[in-house]
Order: sequence, then structure tokens, then C-alpha cells
Amino acid sequence: MEEQLEYIEGAEQPISMHPKKFALWLFIVSVVMVFAGLTSAYIVRQAEGNWLEFNLPEIFYYSTGIIILSSVTMHWAYISAKANNMAMLKLGMTLTTLLGIVFVITQWYSWVALVDRDVYFVGNPSGSFLYVFTGLHALHLISGVIFLIIVLISTLNYKVHSQNMARMEMCTTYWHFLGGLWIYLFMFLLLNH
Amino acid sequence: MAVVNTSTQGAHAHEVHDEHHDNFITKYIFTTDHKMIGKQFLVTGIFWALIGGFLSILFRLQLGFPEMDMSFLRPLLGGWIDETGSLDQNFYLALVTMHGTIMVFFVLTAGLSGTFSNYLIPLQIGARDMASGFMNMLSYWFFFLSGVIMFSSLFLATGPAGGGWVIYPPLSALEQAIPGSGMGMTLWLIAMVFFIASTLMGGINYITTVINLRTKGMTFARLPLTIWSFFLTAVIGLLSFPVLFAAALLLVFDRSFGTSFYLADIYIGGEALPHTGGSPVLFQHLFWFLGHPEVYIVLLPALGITSEVIATNSRKPIFGYKAMIISMLGITILSFVVWAHHMFVSGMNPFLGSIFMFLTLIIAVPSAVKVFNYLTTLWRGNLIFTPAMLFAIGLVSFFISGGLTGIFLGNSAIDIQLHDTYFVVAHFHLVMGSASFFGLMCGVYHWFPKMFGRMMDNKLGYVHFWLTFVGVYLVFFPMHYIGIAGFPRRYYSWTNFDFASGYADLNMFVSVAAIITFTGQFIFLFNFFYSMYKGRVAPLNPWRSNTLEWTTPLHPGHGNWPGEIPAVYRWPYDYSKPGSKEDFIPQTVPLSSTPESNLPHEEEMVSLEKAIMAEEGQVLVANEAK
Repeated sequence: MEEQLEYIEGAEQPISMHPKKFALWLFIVSVVMVFAGLTSAYIVRQAEGNWLEFNLPEIFYYSTGIIILSSVTMHWAYISAKANNMAMLKLGMTLTTLLGIVFVITQWYSWVALVDRDVYFVGNPSGSFLYVFTGLHALHLISGVIFLIIVLISTLNYKVHSQNMARMEMCTTYWHFLGGLWIYLFMFLLLNH
Repeated sequence: MAVVNTSTQGAHAHEVHDEHHDNFITKYIFTTDHKMIGKQFLVTGIFWALIGGFLSILFRLQLGFPEMDMSFLRPLLGGWIDETGSLDQNFYLALVTMHGTIMVFFVLTAGLSGTFSNYLIPLQIGARDMASGFMNMLSYWFFFLSGVIMFSSLFLATGPAGGGWVIYPPLSALEQAIPGSGMGMTLWLIAMVFFIASTLMGGINYITTVINLRTKGMTFARLPLTIWSFFLTAVIGLLSFPVLFAAALLLVFDRSFGTSFYLADIYIGGEALPHTGGSPVLFQHLFWFLGHPEVYIVLLPALGITSEVIATNSRKPIFGYKAMIISMLGITILSFVVWAHHMFVSGMNPFLGSIFMFLTLIIAVPSAVKVFNYLTTLWRGNLIFTPAMLFAIGLVSFFISGGLTGIFLGNSAIDIQLHDTYFVVAHFHLVMGSASFFGLMCGVYHWFPKMFGRMMDNKLGYVHFWLTFVGVYLVFFPMHYIGIAGFPRRYYSWTNFDFASGYADLNMFVSVAAIITFTGQFIFLFNFFYSMYKGRVAPLNPWRSNTLEWTTPLHPGHGNWPGEIPAVYRWPYDYSKPGSKEDFIPQTVPLSSTPESNLPHEEEMVSLEKAIMAEEGQVLVANEAK
């Protein structure tokens, strides 16, 4: 009896989910709550009237296309990494990083387009909210691009492959989330404008 | 006995891994050990509690003795005491604001949840450390930085933030409104951004650790209620603090960039401000979406600690373990759908008010379940009145007396009369402030032997308890009457009103009681620091408790257990089990070694347990043969 007890202690953890991946999901939850709070505030404020009406910049359609494309290349890179296809992985990661940077630039031009139609950050909350949504999303996206660059560097050093996927998986999750978040914000703006 | 051996065997295996050569900085300052981080939170929390308490004494002096000459405070407060020796009115508002902010966020969120979640989660679930020790360290240092910023705002020439801890705009948004809305408010917002970041990093760590790093056999149905409460607290924080961040962000834009999220049609000195189209009620919605869950962030850990301490010191299993978990889950969910009961008089649709009233009153159900479970656990138990136990019972008392007035305030019709009076102050200071403070004290007295390897002095603990317990009731009970009489909160002075003059002596009484209660805390302070160095050396399991932390060495190193992490075979509340020799059976004791006390359904689990052990034994033997 005693002998057996001795062995059982060395047993493994009951559930072994990668703790850092799990923490990333929790971080995503908190980001979701920030935007849920802001978009709810938008609806509540809109219902009170005195709301400036204007057309959304068309450039949002382009940026949405770009971020969807970047999610596709990200997934391509992810599959290549799992298949140990290093050349494709590097290409996929490079494309995703570039598309991410292009997205941030197009978002900047959406602000230029807003200014062109006399919608400023300071003024009716209808416009200010738009700046806050895009700005805060772009801030998260920049953090995503930094993450992409870190992973890109380690792919160039052949540190990402089918046996070492944790960071790649986290990067993929975060990037898809950022894309999904933008699509949510864009749909939200289209429906509630 | 196979039992006790389990925790001491195999000490050779991981020793090498646990040896760290720490210097002073990595051991006491930039540490990644969850135990030291917990202690850092505790000591910082005590520091803030003293500041927060002292600020309340200052404004109690003003309220109790409005005519008093306060010149003797000039060395400390300088220009805040004017030539006639009375307290500056704007500084009074700042005192109230900072007292609220410090107590709610720095003491009862970081000091309570930060201390005990960090300290107890890995120890009670059987983990070496938190999921990310580095992020945990960052969490403390963000809190520390936030504290430094908030502390420095106390010394501004224009004073710290003065718009109340709820920082409602437009008062908080316009620098012209009060001096405290200038630099003080800016620093408040910066400090809170760091605080939110700290809480989120801590919370993500707690949740990840509880879900992923439990030891073998530690199923969710075997978790101590402390861990359940810390876990749910972290979930609430994760969902509500980001919304406060969103609210504060928009406020920052309104203050510093000239947007109008919360500001509309304001005239100052006959001049219209440029802001148009904002909605101050929007801020209240966003703020209270955090603000109400925050109440439970403060309270739930205290309730969890109480469950553990009451069960241990009643020598009885906690009554209704599952009901406790379900009611905590219920409180967690309900806490997100009742926020607008803080806004009954903010101009809300009365129909909406009825819905929020209904949801608010439902919270009484899980709260009552918890209270009855505490009482039934105490009922006919072998009560051992340690100081921790007294504080736990004190918490139950405050939870009842403060909770009952919550039923009054939750009714929108009654709230219109009582809103923003001292009745509200009495209510939340009992049910949230004092109850959580007692939970904190209960935890400190109970886990002090584990934290510092020494015992605190019991006699001083009793004196501290009775002074505080009686003191709290003397301070807050009269406030109910003052509130029903119609005294508004946050007023600098009410001696100008005729109806108020009859209560001058009651206010004086409250102030004297507050000063005595505050002074009484120095007994604790002495006991805490004296016992840390000079206290009696603690036995390994001083309270004869079942949970895992008492199976660690007296001074656990980084990694907690010198050998393997013990496995868990039973729930943590096997106290006074019929048939058992001892009146407690630690979680590490297998069911197969206690046939005399097993219940019928546990006998079935014994065979399962044996099968698993045999299987694992074979695997290990096979491995060794290789």
C-alpha cells in the first residue's frame, strides 16, 4: 500500500492546457469586454438623439479586404509550419506582416477621409466614437504586428516548426481575433450608422 | 500510517530544481515567487489601509466637530487648514474621494484579492507557482506604480481628485468645476489605468492557474471554497475592469482632447462651453457596469476565506458545499445585471428601474443561502474561537446587518428617499467595507503561521477583534438614523440646516467611535510586525486543517513542496467524520487508508482508486526497468 502511494504522487497534472495559450484567450476576453463596453455606449448614446449622420469612408471596405486576406495568409503560414514547409512558412509570415502594416496605413487614410467630410475627433460623439473604435483597434493591431514580427524573426531562424508550434499558434489565434474584431466593428458601424 | 508519509516521501527527486540562489533583490523585491508577491500585496495593502483610514478620521473630525479649531493639524495639512483653523472645503471633498478610492481599490481589491489569491491559489491547489511568475511580478509592480502616482497626487497644490470615487462627469471632466478636477483627477486616471492593468494581469494568472495547474485528484468538486471564490472574483474582474478602462478612456478624451462623450450644454459663468451632444448618464452606465461587480470583487474573497475558517474552527464540514458554489456562481452572474440600481435617481425609465429592482432583489437569495450555510456550519460545531474565527463570525454578522438594508435600498421607490444619504453610507460600509475588511483580517490571522512561520499573539488578537467589532457597529449603526433623517452624503457641513442640529451629538459620537476604532488597529499592526520576528514558532498545521498548504514545510521555498506535489483524494471538509480517529482528515489521505470512516459511496471510489494506483504502479515499474 505504502509503496504504491509513493508512485502515484509523481503523476501528471489532470488537465494540461498550455497555460500561456489559455492566458492569451483570457486576454482576448478582456479586449472583447473593452469593445463591448464601447459599442454598447455607442448604442446608448445614439438612442438619445442629437446624432451626426455621415457616410462611412469607403476605404473601410478595402481595409476589411486586406485584413481578411492577411488572415488567409496567416492560416497558410500556420498550415505550412505544421507541415514543416519552411519556404512557404516564411513567405506566409512575411506577407501577413506586410498586410498588417498596410492595414494600419489604410486605417490612417480612413481618418483622412473622415476629416475630408468634416468629421473630427472633437465634435459630435457620433464621429468621436468612430475615431475611438478605429484608433483603439489599430493600437491592438500594432501590438499584433509586433507579435508577428517576433514570430517572423524566429521563423527566419528556423525556430518555428511542427515540433515547436506554441508561439505560432498563439500568434495565429491573436491575429485571427484582431481580424474578427475589425469585422465585428465594421459590421456594427454599417448596421448602426 | 500510509497517510502522513505521502507528503514527506520522495524528497530527493526535485530538490535540485527548487534550489535558487536568490539575492536580496530577487528574493524580496523583483520576486516571481507567488508567496512573496502575496506578502508584498499584503504589506502594501496595510500601508494603504492606514492612509485611507487616517483620511477618514480627518473628515470625521470635520463632521463630528464642525466648529473645531484644527490648527494643530497645520504641520501636516498646511494650507488645507485656513486662518480660522477650519478644514478647506475642497480638501474635504478630496478626502472623501481618496478615502473611497483607496479603500475600494487599493485595500479591498489589491490588498485582499491580491494577497490571498496570490498566496493561497498555488498552495491550496497543489501547484509550484502561478502560471506566469513574471506576469505576476509585473502585476504587483503595476499596482505599486499606480500607488505611487495616487500617493503623489495627495501632495498637489490643487489637491487630489475631489469628484467622489465614482468620478461622475461633468464634475470630474471640467477643470473649472473644482480644484480637484485638475491635475489631481489626471493623476487619478493615470493611476487607475495602471491599476486596471495590474488587476487584469493578476486575474488572468489566477484563472489560468486554477484551471490548468491543479494537482492530481484536485477536481473542481474538491477545491476549497477559498479557491472557488478567488476564481470567480478573477472572472468578475476580467469582465468588468475592461469596461472601466473604456469609461476612463472616454473621460480622458473629454478632459484632455475636447471631445464630448459625457459633456453637453454646460455654461460656466454665463459662457457656453464648446461641448455638445454628450451624455453624463452614459458614464454612469459604464462606470457602474464595473462598479457593481467591483462590490463582489471585494466581497467574494472575504466570503471564501470565511467559509474555510468557519469550517476549520467549527470542526465540521461546511454546510452545503455545492450550494455555496452555486450561490457564488449566481452572485457572479447577477452582479453584471444590476448596475442601474445605483442610478434610480439619475433619470431612468421607471419601467427599467423596476427590472433592475427585481434583479437586485434576486441577489438576496444566493446571499441568504450563504448566510444560512455559515450559520448551519456553526450550529452545534466544536467551536474554537481563534482570532480568525472571531473575525469570520464578525463578517457574517456584518453581512446580515448590512445586507438587510440592501433590501431597502434595492427598492427603487425607497431609494428615491434614501439615495445619497448616510443610510447608503451605513449600508455599504457594513456589508462591503467592514465585512470585507473582516475577511481580510480573518485571512491574515489564519494564514499568518503559513506566511511567516510564526504565530500571532491570540490575546492581542482578541482585543483587536472586540475593539474593531464593537467599534464598527458604533460607527455605522447610528448612520442609519442620520440617513433616514435625510442627511446627504459628501456634504462638508450641515449645521446650517435646522433639521440637522438635533443630530450633532450623534455625529460627534460616531466620530469618537471612529477615532477609537482606528486607534485599535495599531494593536493589530504591532502584533503583525512583532510576531513576524518574535512570535512563537508555528507548528506545521496549527489549526489542524485539511487543505494542502499545511502539508508544505514551515518555510516553503520557491516551488512550495520540496519533493513531489502531493496528490489529493478527498474534498477539503472532512472534519469530525464519524468513525475517524482524528477530527480532521487532510486531503492527501487516500480513501483506501480510512476504511473506518468511509461512507458507502466512498467505498465504491476506493476500488477505483486502487485500480488507478495499481495501473500507475505498473507504469512506473516498467519505466524503472527501462
